[in-house]
Amino acid sequence: MDLQDLYRDVILDHNRRPRNFGRLEGADASAEGHNPLCGDRLSLFVRMNGERIEDIRFEGRGCAISTASASLMTEAVKGKQRAEVRRLFDKVHSLLTQSDSAADSSLGKLAALSGVREFPVRVKCASLCWHTLNAALASGKAAPTVTTE
Amino acid sequence: MAANLSAARLPVSYDAAAVRRDFPILATSVRGHPLVYLDSAASSQCPLPVLQAVEHYVTHAHANVHRAVHALSQAATAAFEGSRERVRRFINAASVREIIFVRGTTEAINLVAQAWARPNLGPGDEILISALEHHANIVPWQMVCQQTGCTLRVAPINRRGELELAQFLALLNPRTRLVAVAQVSNALGTVLPLRTMIDAAHAHGALVLVDGAQAVPHTPVDVSALGADFYAFSGHKLYAPTGIGVLYGRERLLAAMPPWQGGGDMIRTVSFEKTTYNDLPWKFEAGTPNISGAVGLAAAMDYLESLGLEAIAAHEQQLLQLATAELARLPDIEIIGTASHKAAVLSFTMKGVHPHDLGTILDAEGVAVRTGHHCAMPVMTFFDVPATARASFGCYNTADDVARLVAALRRAREVFS
Repeated sequence: MDLQDLYRDVILDHNRRPRNFGRLEGADASAEGHNPLCGDRLSLFVRMNGERIEDIRFEGRGCAISTASASLMTEAVKGKQRAEVRRLFDKVHSLLTQSDSAADSSLGKLAALSGVREFPVRVKCASLCWHTLNAALASGKAAPTVTTE
Repeated sequence: MAANLSAARLPVSYDAAAVRRDFPILATSVRGHPLVYLDSAASSQCPLPVLQAVEHYVTHAHANVHRAVHALSQAATAAFEGSRERVRRFINAASVREIIFVRGTTEAINLVAQAWARPNLGPGDEILISALEHHANIVPWQMVCQQTGCTLRVAPINRRGELELAQFLALLNPRTRLVAVAQVSNALGTVLPLRTMIDAAHAHGALVLVDGAQAVPHTPVDVSALGADFYAFSGHKLYAPTGIGVLYGRERLLAAMPPWQGGGDMIRTVSFEKTTYNDLPWKFEAGTPNISGAVGLAAAMDYLESLGLEAIAAHEQQLLQLATAELARLPDIEIIGTASHKAAVLSFTMKGVHPHDLGTILDAEGVAVRTGHHCAMPVMTFFDVPATARASFGCYNTADDVARLVAALRRAREVFS
């Protein structure tokens, strides 16, 4: 178990300068995520064009893992079809929870999250934004708060 | 209490290294480092005499209590009731009838909420708490307010994390029926001016419940001198096992209260038409109690008195002062809670590093601190932080533990440079 494996440069960079951060005007779906264990909170805003995520932004306050994961997620899913996002969710989920999961090349920068699985109590931090995205996409409108508990 | 002891009066005899040898778990390695345990405010560790007392009880004396005539049942009853007398002496209650064994502080407070407050309060009545309270001393009263229509009032704190005493006193009025306050804040370590608060509450005709969970490990407690009407604490913060705690209550109050839970042991006679209840304290102890826990709690009290509660308090104050000074020298550390009277709890944040990340990095260095809201979300909201890191000191901590904490914080600063 190595700290350097958890706090990789990509993670630290996205924590310091989160991409797609802030409210999204004209969003047609949104959801709130809450991780009561560490107090992470995030609001996610999505604008769809048919089945495609045209734009996505988030705001909130959380630990480095949750902030970086949300930032990386917004970069990864922007422009993608709903079905592609679902496949990506499954891959990220395996990456975070299965010790033998090899980083799929299609994950791109998201592969930086592979260190999280060595820190089981932090998996929820990394997965919060994905569960929140699921809720936003499922509801279409303002979804109820998602919690990791 | 402890904070009043000056460094000049520190006993030279306190041998923390010898104390550490009484706690087997402190020899554990964590992530390749010797464990530095700075989370005693969440749960303290058990010394050998406690473990041995529990083992001896389970090996030689276990059976159900207050029931059979056989030898083991008598031995178990003697051990359990002997533990009650030990608790009575530890907090200087007038009678063992005032000592109710419960699961912990939370259950003790809920017992008072449901068996005293719920039958006695109604619309117009007020319960006064402080803004420092643990959720366990907030939520049971909110439930009572929903059940009875009474009102919860909250006395504010200042930026140092001290109770605004003048505002507390101003909130007391003839409608105040109960004051429920911590003796020591779990999130910040603030010691509340209980004597003044209790006297003022009594002058307005209110009863006072004290959440003593964070106080009993750090200071001798004398409930008779303090004048509290109810006093609640947990064994597992007092070097005893989990699942055992104590509610002290004035006998005349407890006698007038209806039972809380029904079942075995709390009854005298049962028929389908009418049941009569047992005497104090058993009226409030339905079901088979945590006998081995009570035995462990009594052993912990023996152990702490053998070390000397004043000596432990002085040692912890020395560590608190050392850690406070060391952390103040680190860049980017902000200490949350700077009350003039504090017990051995140090809450802090590091600029640019979320407390949860800090907790993970410290853990990787073998240093166990609590990170989170400490079950005191209103305190976090007041200081506008999502969470803090909290180092808390016990009888077995040393200056070396403080040095390891400081080194681990420097490491965190490097990782997040």
